[in-house]
Amino acid sequence: MDDLFTDALRQLLADQCTPQLVRDIESGQPAAQLWKQLEESGFADALVSEDQGGAGLSLPDVFPLLELCGSYAVPVPLAETMLARALLADAGVKWPEGSITFGLGAASPDGRIHCSRVPCGQVADWVLMTHGGECVLLPVAEAETSPAVFPLDATLEWTAAAAREGAQRVPGEHDLRTLQACICAAQLAGALMNVFSRTLQYANDRNQFGRPIGKFQAIQHQLSVISEHTFAARMAAQIGCHSQGITPDRLRVAVAKARTSEAALEVASLSHSIHGAIGFTEEFDLQLFTRRLHAWRQTAGSESYWQTVLGEALVDHQSGLTLDLVRTTTDIY
Amino acid sequence: MSTIDSLSLTPIPPEDEALRRPVREFLTEAMRSVPAHVRAKSWSGYDSNFSRELGRKGWLGLTLPKEYGGAGRSPYARYVMVEEFLNFGAPVGAHWIADRQSAPLILKYGTEAQKQFYIPPVCRGESFFCIGMSEPNAGSDLASVKTRATPSEKGWTLNGQKIWTTNAHNCNYMIALVRTSGTSEDRHKGLSQLIVDLKLPGVTVRPIIDLSGDSHFCEVFFDNVQLADDALIGQEGKGWEQVTAELAFERSGPERLYSSIVLFDEWLSFVRTEAGRTPEAVRLAGRILGQLAPLRAMSIAVTGRLARGESPIVEAALVKDLGTGVEQLIPAAIADDLYSREDQDLPLELLQTLNYVTQVAPSFSLRGGTRDILRGMIARGLGLR
Repeated sequence: MDDLFTDALRQLLADQCTPQLVRDIESGQPAAQLWKQLEESGFADALVSEDQGGAGLSLPDVFPLLELCGSYAVPVPLAETMLARALLADAGVKWPEGSITFGLGAASPDGRIHCSRVPCGQVADWVLMTHGGECVLLPVAEAETSPAVFPLDATLEWTAAAAREGAQRVPGEHDLRTLQACICAAQLAGALMNVFSRTLQYANDRNQFGRPIGKFQAIQHQLSVISEHTFAARMAAQIGCHSQGITPDRLRVAVAKARTSEAALEVASLSHSIHGAIGFTEEFDLQLFTRRLHAWRQTAGSESYWQTVLGEALVDHQSGLTLDLVRTTTDIY
Repeated sequence: MSTIDSLSLTPIPPEDEALRRPVREFLTEAMRSVPAHVRAKSWSGYDSNFSRELGRKGWLGLTLPKEYGGAGRSPYARYVMVEEFLNFGAPVGAHWIADRQSAPLILKYGTEAQKQFYIPPVCRGESFFCIGMSEPNAGSDLASVKTRATPSEKGWTLNGQKIWTTNAHNCNYMIALVRTSGTSEDRHKGLSQLIVDLKLPGVTVRPIIDLSGDSHFCEVFFDNVQLADDALIGQEGKGWEQVTAELAFERSGPERLYSSIVLFDEWLSFVRTEAGRTPEAVRLAGRILGQLAPLRAMSIAVTGRLARGESPIVEAALVKDLGTGVEQLIPAAIADDLYSREDQDLPLELLQTLNYVTQVAPSFSLRGGTRDILRGMIARGLGLR
């Protein structure tokens, strides 16, 4: 991966995706301006092949970009759009203008389509979803929107007519949960790094008993544990993004999402413990990231969901050594 | 922290990965009839004949230069080979420390004569080393060692005591960290590393029985032991720096991930049976796999740094602290899984293996630096100290 790409996105997000803007969009203000800036930068087409107008990067190449979406708490589905456009381009479907997120839908007998807890469902333009083995792209503008738990997420429902008229069929079988989990893991890695850095900074700055609290052994050990989880989670997220092309491998993603989700819980808890009451306030930026640690842990399957996937693969793998499955999920060539 | 985001997924070169096949073929045959509770001893298992057999195959001193009897291969090749040894529970304890630490240390700091003398027998599996670091009053606080070597007419006179020295009763040599100048108050200054022939007059080795009934570690006493001039390895007074560099090799290898893997595989064999498979066990299997996989990637990434000649001390500490955590989780979680089942015949061999690993698990986060010491090192790496 050319570091120029990463540096350029980092600079763009540092300038445009400020903590105040994240708060504004979370509280319902329009996200269109931010999306326009991101769209103009071209990053949403990073995974699309060059002859289709993209940058032609591979999934491992864009890991640092997905990670940045987490470390800046980007409140629009930039990471999702990157993967969705690549999927659509690959399937020979012309993608529409605007941002795309992922959903797992269900069709009722009367033809309505229901999609619960769509990540970034409040701000996305389109939802790429599977229901009943079919993969379709549906416009959010035509859906009835109701709130979900995380402020940017939404539960969406299309009437039979809206579903019929608005849906664009996407040929092929697509494992959207794995895609979403891959993205969540990379964003978790970014958010974990952010939380770790700011907690380390806070421990150096905050004085109690006449010295920085980071001088106390108990705090030092907690920060060491945070760094270990962050390190392991980042490695796991890289594993999740390691594939030959643009489609992630399900077992590698299982490692990624299980480990980053475990780390999210530990690091959120320890960072709040070190910050004390100030970290618990709305005005302090820590909450923008720790709320995401929990939200992304809960999106596309928590650690137990993916541990079951891994466990089934391991128990069904009859050849004997655990090492061989560990190698399958970690070796790169 | 730049340390963390600088480590990327690192490939094992194909020529090194190719070593896995012959090693596995050999181990499949050699370990066929050894029961799991014996294989679970892993790198505490001692078998000098086995070590000599590996020497004959050219699998000791894999990374050492050919001129000293080594194979001149990369750290990745050694990683692949050691990973196989550990996963099969091969009895590698006899040569373990000589191969991993002592011979590389002698290669790095020794004189030409020392290299010629000590390294070839290590590569043949005929010369075993132990490391004399801890003393009764110098455990985690290693810089306070009191064993002292004073200059004599022919070299050094050694007096003092080491403790918790792994395999001393089976070894030919100890590389001891001792004070050669100054006092304990000088801390890191004035320490040196000396090679001590354990057959010399004045050396007494007494094995200590551990709580599992094994005796793999020892007390070693030095009473006016006369050492030649060339017992000194490296520079006089530089022992601390030499020891610290050595620890990066000791802390990040596969032996910090796989100490409980024989138990885990034995348990999996049971979970793979119709009677053994439950949803809880399947999820637990996945939980362990989900932690082992990133750890292996981290451990290989640190090996990559070592291969480039760096000394990633903090990264190695991170790997060891996390890795030993998984090693200790395995027996704890498996015990809970097995004994939560109602009225079921459980395989005795599995239960014996579990019992052994449960008993020795505390040592995983003691040997090579306790958790508290490692976390202190990480904190220093983070700039907190």
